[in-house]
Amino acid sequence: MTLKKEVRVHPIRDGTVIDHIKAGQAMNVLRILGITGSSSAVISVAMNVSSQDIGSKDVVKIENRELMEKEVDKIALISPNATINIIREFGVAGKHRVELPEMVESMVRCANPNCISNTNEPVSSKFEVKKGPIRLRCIYCEHVITENIVEQLL
Amino acid sequence: MNIDRRHIVSMKDFTRDEIDVVLERAIKLEPLARGGRSDILAGNILALLFYEPSTRTRMSFETAMLRLGGSVLNLGSKEASSVVKGETLADTIRVISTYSDAIVLRHPSEGSARMAAEYASVPIINGGDGAGHHPTQTLLDLYTIKKESHLEQLDIAIVGDLKYGRTVHSLAYALSLYGANITLVSPQQLKIPDQIKEDLKAMGARVSETENLDEVLDSVDVLYMTRIQKERFPDPTEYSKVVGAYKITEAHLDNLREDMIIMHPLPRVYEIDASVDDSAHARYFEQSFYGVPIRMALLTMVLGVEV
Repeated sequence: MTLKKEVRVHPIRDGTVIDHIKAGQAMNVLRILGITGSSSAVISVAMNVSSQDIGSKDVVKIENRELMEKEVDKIALISPNATINIIREFGVAGKHRVELPEMVESMVRCANPNCISNTNEPVSSKFEVKKGPIRLRCIYCEHVITENIVEQLL
Repeated sequence: MNIDRRHIVSMKDFTRDEIDVVLERAIKLEPLARGGRSDILAGNILALLFYEPSTRTRMSFETAMLRLGGSVLNLGSKEASSVVKGETLADTIRVISTYSDAIVLRHPSEGSARMAAEYASVPIINGGDGAGHHPTQTLLDLYTIKKESHLEQLDIAIVGDLKYGRTVHSLAYALSLYGANITLVSPQQLKIPDQIKEDLKAMGARVSETENLDEVLDSVDVLYMTRIQKERFPDPTEYSKVVGAYKITEAHLDNLREDMIIMHPLPRVYEIDASVDDSAHARYFEQSFYGVPIRMALLTMVLGVEV
């Protein structure tokens, strides 16, 4: 007996499939990628899909686009278990897990309004990234961001 | 271990051994701070960049430099400088680096000293960055405790504004390096931020909290009072609710242990009644003076001068 696998979203020819996104974070992934719905890009989003590995997950498929390293790092900050599949000619040309960088620069705004990195000084924000529950520590004012990281993304 | 010619931004940059080196050097220099003369810093220029008001920090750095034979350049008021024209701190630091051998910076933004260190070609000494760090204050506090009480097996109560008070966080951190037993005494709305408390505990500090000042008066070696700072309160009604909640008066003196000392980073407003000033417990004016030998020690270190 063969089980017919249910196909929720059709395969794409070229582009990127972001899989194992933490359930509920798909819209934030779109936000990171600057996808607002005003462009003609073909995007498929699946939310709360059951997953053997992580219970439930979100999936985002983007046609004809491969992600930049900075975009992948940002996704890692809100969904550290996500995987990036690069699709070429309907085949998986590359697959890797996102990786949390040890330091992020010009990626997150410090949540302390009185931090020097939030002034007109010629300095970009820099944070040390601590794993476990993700903690971002500003290297200037030492303020720690643990929640709503997505709200602070630049 | 090498403190020579490096920036002094945060107490977190110091190991316990390095703190001990600073304190020992301050002991050597204290006779000069008490009115002696030396020329060990002759030919060196210290620039003072104070973007916020200061009496003790600015003047004790000046005194320290002058008593050791060095010279001082002062930014003066913001209005008299290019700051008013909108010059960035980064540019000011680059420029002043070429005029001086070291820079003391006080600035209202947290992290300003760390950023300045990135742009400076001479050592930066943080003289207070907003609600962030004030390492030279912490070092003079430790020096006061060492001289007037003891740093080993210390029982200390830190009282007042533990939420906004910048000196308190650095002091608690440094004391945890000495294994102190720290009691934090504050009203509910001015409790130390959880993040800082967690950091202290992770370092192995023994930290407890209470709202009741009377509970600790007869058990601690050091009572460290702090000002409840009006300028740190976004809401003036919140300020008026808590001000004066923790005040030491003559009436408390009978209940204190004989050898207990009272410290305060000053300026005080309501926290310590003037009637306490002449008691055997008061050490806050000595504490202010100890800023001079400590800053002498730090200046000789960042300027690479042997003592």
